[in-house]
Amino acid sequence: MSEPERRRITIDPVTRLEGHGRIEICLDERGEVDRAYFQVPELRGFEKFCEGRLAEDMPQITSRICGVCPTAHHMASVKALDSLYQVDPPPAAKKIRELVYSTFMAEDHILHFYFLGGPDFIVGPSAPAAERNVLGVIAKVGVEVGRKVITTRRKLRELSALAGGKAIHPVLGLPGGVAKALKREDQARFCEVAKETVDFALFTLDTFEKVVLKNTDYVNLILSDTFTHRTYYMGMVDKSNQINFYDGPIRVVSPSGEEFIKFRSESYLDYLTEHVEPWTYMKFCFLKPVGWKGFTEGPESGVYCVAPLARLNASERMATPLAQEAREQFYATLGSKPVHHTLANHWARIVELLYAAERMQELSADPQIIDPHVRTLPIATPREGIGVVEAPRGTLIHHYQTDEKGIIRKANLIVATQNNAARIALGVEKTAKAFIRAGNISDGILNMVEMTFRAYDPCLGCATHSMPGNMPLNIRVRDRQGRILAILQRDSEGRIHKR
Amino acid sequence: MPDPFEPRIVAFFCNWCTYLAADLAGTSRLKYAPNVRVVRLMCSGRVDPQFVLNAFARGADGVLIGGCHPGDCHYQEGNYKALRRFHLLKRLLREMGIEEERIRLEWISASEGDKVRSVINDMVEKVRALGPFTARVTEDRVLEEVTA
Amino acid sequence: MSDKPKVAFYWCASCGGCEETVVDLEEKLLDVVAAVDIVYWPVALDFKRHELETMPDGSIVATFLNGAIRTTEQEEMAQLLRKKSQLLFAFGSCSHLGGIPGLANLWDRERILPTVYRESPSTPNPEGTVPRRVSKVNGDALSLPGLFDTVRTLDQVVDVDYYVPGCPPTPKILLAALDALLNGKLPEKGTVLAPDQALCEECPRKESRPEQLSLAEVKRPHQVLIDETTCLLAQGVLCLGPATRAGCEALCVKGNMPCTGCFGPTSRVKDFGGKALSAMASVAGGKDEAEIARAFENIPDSVGTFYRYSLPSSLLRRKRLEAGR
Repeated sequence: MSEPERRRITIDPVTRLEGHGRIEICLDERGEVDRAYFQVPELRGFEKFCEGRLAEDMPQITSRICGVCPTAHHMASVKALDSLYQVDPPPAAKKIRELVYSTFMAEDHILHFYFLGGPDFIVGPSAPAAERNVLGVIAKVGVEVGRKVITTRRKLRELSALAGGKAIHPVLGLPGGVAKALKREDQARFCEVAKETVDFALFTLDTFEKVVLKNTDYVNLILSDTFTHRTYYMGMVDKSNQINFYDGPIRVVSPSGEEFIKFRSESYLDYLTEHVEPWTYMKFCFLKPVGWKGFTEGPESGVYCVAPLARLNASERMATPLAQEAREQFYATLGSKPVHHTLANHWARIVELLYAAERMQELSADPQIIDPHVRTLPIATPREGIGVVEAPRGTLIHHYQTDEKGIIRKANLIVATQNNAARIALGVEKTAKAFIRAGNISDGILNMVEMTFRAYDPCLGCATHSMPGNMPLNIRVRDRQGRILAILQRDSEGRIHKR
Repeated sequence: MPDPFEPRIVAFFCNWCTYLAADLAGTSRLKYAPNVRVVRLMCSGRVDPQFVLNAFARGADGVLIGGCHPGDCHYQEGNYKALRRFHLLKRLLREMGIEEERIRLEWISASEGDKVRSVINDMVEKVRALGPFTARVTEDRVLEEVTA
Repeated sequence: MSDKPKVAFYWCASCGGCEETVVDLEEKLLDVVAAVDIVYWPVALDFKRHELETMPDGSIVATFLNGAIRTTEQEEMAQLLRKKSQLLFAFGSCSHLGGIPGLANLWDRERILPTVYRESPSTPNPEGTVPRRVSKVNGDALSLPGLFDTVRTLDQVVDVDYYVPGCPPTPKILLAALDALLNGKLPEKGTVLAPDQALCEECPRKESRPEQLSLAEVKRPHQVLIDETTCLLAQGVLCLGPATRAGCEALCVKGNMPCTGCFGPTSRVKDFGGKALSAMASVAGGKDEAEIARAFENIPDSVGTFYRYSLPSSLLRRKRLEAGR
């Protein structure tokens, strides 16, 4: 196979990620990357088959959109039901919901950091492929810590099931409240585990500092221009512009950091719009007031970003003390707000983990949370409702219209990753362009392209990759007509073979 | 020239009332449409919704259930159970795209041979007007282009 | 290469919850990993069609496949994995019964795509763009898998050996299945690997289940306060426990919400929805049309109630629609 014939590189699938995805990289005559496309090859059609369903079934039906963050959909959905029935849950119910939600956020962020996207960083992008997984992480941080990760996660999952019935696809949400009250002994358990989680979050921050921040190569990678995009940032905040995962207005800041808009959930249609491309089933969100200018960045482009880095950028403070300290260190190190470096998401995620754990502590210690009154029965006639939460991967919007019996007529869902879709596409193309020169591919290069992706998404990988622990990868090289010219394979030992 | 559509109706008749009535219609030489295949059960309460669903899945164009009048059931409560199931089943079938006229529940006592005749004739005509019921999606299309 | 049995995990149209169940094995997962060689797992390993194709047929001892069959790519992968595996496990409600994505069988592709891409209030889409199987962008030809009109269960596409039920299956159920596999204790082919009895048998509220029940009215859960110790059906809340297979240890009921039927039917039932409907008709209703209508007024969504996880596996499989729009 001769050099000039190389036209396309396919990375299929992108791994350590929830959902299916692949990347098509198109080269020009010189072997430089001309375009890269991130394709999502699947659609299930939730927005359609929710029609005709009972509104109160939606929290459990929509949680099946994602088995990694079912609680996020469940909460956005139940909040949409509160809005639909114009019913206000009793204080204990809201606290239980937020407690369950904080527990879930903590668990999901731990999963991502140690098992999924984190290994890229803890072990290092240029480390041998065989080490870029949780085993490599454990080797770096020690077996004891590995055990602690699994145990902490297990305890958090048990708590989720305690209050929500199930950890995966919880059942607690009802319009106007939650299905059951929290017992005193359950509250004690939450307090106990919350404290352990705060300690674990501090340990994780410490690990990140030792392993990543003290390493100038890593820091340079984080700060490099390749992994930097200047876009708008969006996240949910409370009245004092502090990050809140469960409730509050949504704030957008511009690439230079000024507040661009702050809106209530009900007005999302005035500010967020979805764009369709024929080559992927996923839609791309953009800011309506700015407009769709294509896959570009900067203040003139409507492309924006959500999830940990964006939430830190879109807010002014953390609502809990230790997390606030961590946040201050974050900006002191990386530069003032907003930080545009995509890989900083990994650090921002740990800051959020600490906040989630502290919030668990606050809520579980609240005497009102064991109050038996956890339901307000709805009486208004339902018609339309909107509910928004911050999922681990970003802002999540559920919007329902029903008839007077509460049967769904229409459902609109903007699912967290969609907010990032355009910026991910930008990132994938930029990284591909930066690293793939003259048609040359190597293992490290491929991982760079994947790292861009992983920084945004908590992934559905798992503790086990292939044992002994690597991600084999295959690349198909095609010519312009789509004929396969070569197949390169990276095996489980990290060697590249041509087939 | 294709044959005109002849509906195929599956009927579940209870042993103590409707089935005897059908017999009576026969011995009285009452003429009624030949489109019905009768399945005899001991009671209309024995009609499992799965029987009805299976009938449609295997090509029936309509399903008729016949039982004793309320209060007359040989087993006391069987026909009430049938009535409740029928209520929910009709709703389910409607949501599955099956028109209401394709499923029918009638109370027919042993002496009502004439009612058997009129119910069957009426149902056959109604189903004939609806056309055949296609149970299976025989081919699943995967279009090259998605059209507007 | 090790002597350990090769095992694979794959996902089709699913949410990933079944994959999370594997992670939820927590410490026990390490034991499992020590006992098997996980050779194929797209979320964690690269999957490559031709790589799988070069594996000898039957070289994978067991594949656990979750998710329903919704696209052409998923159908092809199911067939390929069937060839390469000695045993194929349908893992989770979607591959077992069709799952929640199966609700799309109330529509077809022609009705779904416009709703998502043209009629969403946040998707103005002035050009009316819809994803295509093949599209040309900037001179590049890009392709996507095609969507079928009808969602199918795994056994409607390939031969399935065992079923691990649930949405998702509990870690306990999964562990039992893995244990049976690794110790050669699998029952007869086609078995659903969960107890063959109704959920009521393992429900913590069993004591308060009435012998006879004739509800005058079924209530929707948000309309009533639900007591945490009494049988849900006795309280008038529609619980599908009597019609649903046991094995989950009644997690939803412990969460004070009714069972929605995700484990599917017991072995004696083919159409879950039909039987569930029958069970509910046995506990509620009256003696005349008016009483019955009132009793069941609060079940306006029959498919969502009785076929929530099982529409593709039902006798009718999908809603009859007129061709075209």
